[in-house]
Amino acid sequence: MHNIYLYILVMALVTYLIRMLPLTLIRNEIKSKYIKSFLYYVPYATLAAMTFPAILHASDDVRASAMGFLVALILSYRKKSLLTVAACACIVVFVAELFLV
Amino acid sequence: MSNTNNEFKRGLRDAIPICLGYLAVSFAFGIQASEAGLSVFQASFMSLANVTSAGQFSSLDLIKNNAAYAEMALLQFVVNLRYMLMSTALSQKLSHKESTLRRCLVAYGVTDEIFGLSVTTKGRLYPEYSYGLIVCSVFGWILGTFLGACAGQLMPHRLISALGMAIYGMFLAIIIPDSKENKVILAVVISAMVLSTIFTYAPVLKDISSGFRIIIVTVVVALTAAYFAPRSEEVAEDA
Repeated sequence: MHNIYLYILVMALVTYLIRMLPLTLIRNEIKSKYIKSFLYYVPYATLAAMTFPAILHASDDVRASAMGFLVALILSYRKKSLLTVAACACIVVFVAELFLV
Repeated sequence: MSNTNNEFKRGLRDAIPICLGYLAVSFAFGIQASEAGLSVFQASFMSLANVTSAGQFSSLDLIKNNAAYAEMALLQFVVNLRYMLMSTALSQKLSHKESTLRRCLVAYGVTDEIFGLSVTTKGRLYPEYSYGLIVCSVFGWILGTFLGACAGQLMPHRLISALGMAIYGMFLAIIIPDSKENKVILAVVISAMVLSTIFTYAPVLKDISSGFRIIIVTVVVALTAAYFAPRSEEVAEDA
């Protein structure tokens, strides 16, 4: 079994270096449009890959999760806030599970 | 001195919505962390040391599966790589004269939400403003984690099951509005979801751990998008 504190320190070190190095080292603008584009697309690819299909198994029931996913998609498409989308997805799943599970 | 004091207070005030949002999301994180076997202190310490929602949520899977430290490092690198772009953008808004120490302090709080407020502030970014944003936001982040990790052991399972949706709802709220405006981002989001589904269920591929799955999908999709649809200078300026 690995040590949880070592995990946390490894995470913190990597995450901090990512944030700190550009702020301290890069004083001039990045010129390569390919590197800029790659960095720009990274969060969308990462968050999408993390969300689907994992979201289907986020609750106890796949059907309830699917309903939550659908509601979150519709609300975020209508540009509702982070908090609204997250809360509504949770409420939908909670209510759906009352009937399904 | 009074000017920097005002900047700090302005930061504290502006970050109140972030603080409330973080409370809810980190509450869900605290619950999941305690389910993954972390103590209340370990979960709170992780929130203090990392301040990254996606990174912390994704780490729980690796901790549960007793993954290698190198895999954890690589996962955090890829999941949090977006902060590199944000820090790069912020470095352009700071005065050239800002000391390395002050830059290091600003770096601690580079998150999607704090970055959003910092980069849209008018004119130069004063580190004191960032400090205000960070103190208020991180307070909510740690408090939520603490409460979630405490309550996680007391709350009914049904409620925990539903709260598991919170983080995915937040992720969708970040990526979907931009997909609506930009066809390339829409293609990136759909391709990443399809690839990730294939990697989750296809024979052989499904044996790859969830950490590496995210890494592989991200690099393949973002590289392809950057190669075929590089962003032009003017568009990149707006982002």
